[in-house]
Amino acid sequence: MTTISSLLNSYRAKKRHPKEVVEKLFAQLEKHNPKLNAYLTFNKLAIKEAAKITQFERPLAGIPIAIKDNFCTTGLRTTASAKLLDNFIPPYDATVITRLKQAGAIIIGKTNMDAWAHGSSTETSDYGTTKNPYDYQRVPGGSSGGSAAAVAAGLPPFAMGSETAGSIRLPAAWCGVVGLKPTYGRVSRYGVIAMGSSLDSPGPLTRSVADAALILQVIAGHDRFDATSSTEAVPNYLSPSTIKHKLTIGISDDYFEGVDKRVVEQFWAAMKIFEKLGHTLKKIKLINPKYSISIYTILQRAEVSSNLCRFDGIRFGHPRSAFSQQAKRRMMLGAFALSSGYYDAYYLKAQKARTLILNNFKEEFTKVDLIAAPTTPTPALKIGESENNPMFGEIMDQLVEASSIAGLPGISLPVGLTAGLPVGIQLIGPWFSEKKLVDLSLEFEQETQFSKIKPPHFYEI
Amino acid sequence: MKYKTILGLETHIELKTEQKMFCGCSANYFGKLPNTNICPVCLGLPGALPVPNAQAIAWTILIAKALNCKINLESYFERKHYFYPDLPKGYQISQYLKPFGYNGYLKIGGKRINIERVHLEEDTGKLVHGQGAHSFESAVDFNRSSVPLVEIVTRPDLEGSNDAVAYLKALQLLVKYLGVSNADMEKGSMRCEPNISLVEKTAWNKNHQLPNYKIEVKNINSFKFVKKAIDFEEKRQALLLDEGKTPKQETRRYLESTGKTEAMRSKENAHDYRYFPEPDIPPFAFTQEYLVQIEKQLEQTELPKERIIRLKEECKLTSEAAQVLTENKELGDKFLELLSSTLEFSPIDIANLLINKKVALNQATEQIMAEIRKLLTKTEIKKGQLEDAVSNVLRAQPKAVADYHLGKGNSLQFLLGQVLRVVGRQVEVGKVIAELKTQLNRS
Repeated sequence: MTTISSLLNSYRAKKRHPKEVVEKLFAQLEKHNPKLNAYLTFNKLAIKEAAKITQFERPLAGIPIAIKDNFCTTGLRTTASAKLLDNFIPPYDATVITRLKQAGAIIIGKTNMDAWAHGSSTETSDYGTTKNPYDYQRVPGGSSGGSAAAVAAGLPPFAMGSETAGSIRLPAAWCGVVGLKPTYGRVSRYGVIAMGSSLDSPGPLTRSVADAALILQVIAGHDRFDATSSTEAVPNYLSPSTIKHKLTIGISDDYFEGVDKRVVEQFWAAMKIFEKLGHTLKKIKLINPKYSISIYTILQRAEVSSNLCRFDGIRFGHPRSAFSQQAKRRMMLGAFALSSGYYDAYYLKAQKARTLILNNFKEEFTKVDLIAAPTTPTPALKIGESENNPMFGEIMDQLVEASSIAGLPGISLPVGLTAGLPVGIQLIGPWFSEKKLVDLSLEFEQETQFSKIKPPHFYEI
Repeated sequence: MKYKTILGLETHIELKTEQKMFCGCSANYFGKLPNTNICPVCLGLPGALPVPNAQAIAWTILIAKALNCKINLESYFERKHYFYPDLPKGYQISQYLKPFGYNGYLKIGGKRINIERVHLEEDTGKLVHGQGAHSFESAVDFNRSSVPLVEIVTRPDLEGSNDAVAYLKALQLLVKYLGVSNADMEKGSMRCEPNISLVEKTAWNKNHQLPNYKIEVKNINSFKFVKKAIDFEEKRQALLLDEGKTPKQETRRYLESTGKTEAMRSKENAHDYRYFPEPDIPPFAFTQEYLVQIEKQLEQTELPKERIIRLKEECKLTSEAAQVLTENKELGDKFLELLSSTLEFSPIDIANLLINKKVALNQATEQIMAEIRKLLTKTEIKKGQLEDAVSNVLRAQPKAVADYHLGKGNSLQFLLGQVLRVVGRQVEVGKVIAELKTQLNRS
C-alpha cells in the first residue's frame, strides 16, 4: 500500500522520484477522473514543482496531496464547487496550504465538494457529483466527497478536507478511508472559505491512520491569522503510543436509533476488537442526537447567511442569482433565525442548547476516555436518493453533529464492507485528545486488515 | 422659540494605530493611491479572517475611561449586516449589546453631556463617483477598509448647534490629548452625525417625553457645517410641525453647496442589521489589572482641562492665552517644549510671541529659541549711534520727511521701520520714535 512513509522511503533510497510519481498520478487521473469526477482543477505546475525536489528531509517532501476546493490556493482556481466563484483565483494561500507547502507537499489539484460545503453527498456541487470508487452509482458522501473519493481510489491516497459537522467523517466512512476531524481551533481556518465559522475544522483524509497523524502534525498549531486558533501545545502525534493503561470506551444507546442493521452489526464487530485489545466498553448517556439536528441547523444556517453576504454580486464576476437552490435556502433560513424578534427564539436558544451538549460531553468524559459510535446511519446512498430531502445532510450527519457542535475531535475508521460498501465507525475524544485518538486508532488498524481493502476503482501510483 | 431641540450626536473617530483593525495593513491610508493599502482580510476575500488589534481595543477603553464611562469587562464583537459596495464582507464588525464603554459623560462649560456608549468597529472602503463622461461609474477604494473606528454616542442632551459644536470641539481635543487620533474633520478621521428632532416646549415641560421621530444627518465634514446642518433642520422641522405634520423619520444628507439637507433613505431600524456575535473573534474578558494599566495611562496623560489650569497657575498666562495654547494643542506643545528649554524669558513673553505668530515654528527648537532670544533681548544702543542712524535715514528718505511735514500719519511709521532695519528690532521702539521726532522737528 502506498503511504507517506513508503513514498518517502523510496525517495530517500533513490528508488523513485516525486516527478515520476506525480507524472504517473496525472496519467491515471487523465484516464479516470472524467468518470470519477473527484477533481475540479489540476495544478499544472505540480510536475515542475516535483521535479525540483532534491532533498527529502521534510516530512512531506514530494508527497502528492489533493486539496478540497474550499482552501484558497495562490494562483490556483478555488470555487468551493460554486459557479459563483467559477473564475476566482485566490491571491493568497490558506495557512494549511502554506504549511503543507513548507513541509514539501505537492498540490495535485482541487477536489469536488458540495457547493459551499452545503451537503453530504457532493450532489449540490455546481460541477456534477463525484462517484464513489466502490460503486459509481453511488455518492461518496460529502461535503469533502472529492477528497474522500480520490483517497479511496488511491489518486493520491492523501487529501485535505474540512468538516463543519460530518464533512470529513461521513465521506471517509462511505469511501472506506480514514477521516480525522481535529478539535475546533487545532487547525487554522485562515483561507478556508467559511461555512459555519464556529464549527469549521480542516483535517486530513487518508488510507492509513499514520498518514492522517503525519498530515495533522504538519497543519496543527496556533496561527496568528486565525483568532480562534488555539495556543495549546501540539504534541508529537507520531511518537510511540502514550496510552499507558487500557481505555474505557463509552457507547450511548441513543446513537443507534434509526441506524441501518448492517451498520450496527459492523459496529459491534469492531467493538469486539477493541475488547480483544484489552479495552473496556461502558454504557453512557449522551443527549439524543436528534436534538443536535435542530441546534446545528440553526447555528450553521445563521453563520452561512452571514458568511455568504460577501458574495454580493459586485465582485467575483457573477451575480447572486448564480447561487444554487441549497445555498439560497440556507441563507433565507439563517437570515430569518437572526432577525429581530426571532433571534432569541432561534439563535440564542440554539446557543444555550449548545452549552447543554458541551456540558453533557464534559460530564461523560469524566467516566470514559473516548466515545465510540457508528459514523453514519447507512452505507453510501445511490446518486439521486437525497434529491427530494432538503434536510438530507443533517440526517446523514446526525451521529457527528453533537461532537461538532461541541468542537470535539473525532476520527472515522473503516471497519469493513457490507454488501460491498464500506462502513465506518467513529471515535470521539475530549478537546485536544487527537494523540489519544491516533494511538487507539493505530492499535485498531494494526489488529485488523480493513485499511487494506481496496475499492473496484483503485489505481496505483 | 416654540420648540425645544432634542439633539444627540453619533461621532466616529478613526484611531491612528499603526495597523488596521483586523489585519496588518497600515491604518494610515490618507493620500495613498487607490487600492494599494489592502490585503485579503480588509478586502473580505473568501477565507480571510479578522484578528483584532489589541492597541485599538486599549485606546477605545482609554477614550471610554476619559469620558467617565463604565467598562464592560466581558465584551465581544458582533456582525452588523447591510449591503453597500464599500462594505466588502456584507457586514461590518462592530459592537452592539456589549460596547467597551457605556454610561459616561463629557462636560462642556458647566453642562454635562451624557455618553450612552463608546464602541469599536471597522471603517468601510470609500466610493469614488465618476465625473463627466464617467458619471455613470463608481469605483471602490478599499484603502480605508477596516481602519479602526470608535463610535461615541451621546444621549439626546444637547440643545442646539452651539452645544453640538462645543461638544465636538471638546471631544476632538480630548482624543488629540490622549494621542489616539488626529480627529481631523476635513480629512474624515472625525465624522459626526446629529440626530435631531423638535418637541413643543409646553409639552416637554409637562412630561419630558421625547418626540416619536428623529432625523439623522450625514455628510458633515466641518464644525461650521455641523452648525449649519442643525440650524437648517431646526427650521425645516419647525415649519412642518407648525403645519401639524410630523417630520418623516429618515436619514438626510447635508449639502455643502446649498447649506440644506435632503432626504437620503428612510431610517433603518436596528433589527434589520441581524446582529449576532462575531464567531471569528473570541469574546474578551478584561482583567482588573488590564483596566488599572489603562487608568494609569490616563492619569499620566495631561488632558485639556488640566493643561489650561497649569498654563494659568504655573505659567501665569492670561485666561485667553491659556485657552489658545490649550485648544491649539500643537502650539501649546511647542510652548511647553520651549519653556522647558529656557529660563531666560518669562512664559508670558514666549506665549505672546507664539500666539501672535512672531516666530516661524517649522524649524528646529534651537533656531526658534534663537529667534525668540533676538526678539526678546533689548540691547542698549549708544546715543550717538542712534542719532547717526536716524539722520542717515532722514537724508535717504526726503519724500517721507516731506510727507511727515505735510501731516501724513503713516510716514513716521515708515521711517521708524527704516531705522529699525539698521539698528535691529531689539532696540526699544520708544527711544527711536523720540529721536526721530526730535530730528524731524529740527529740520
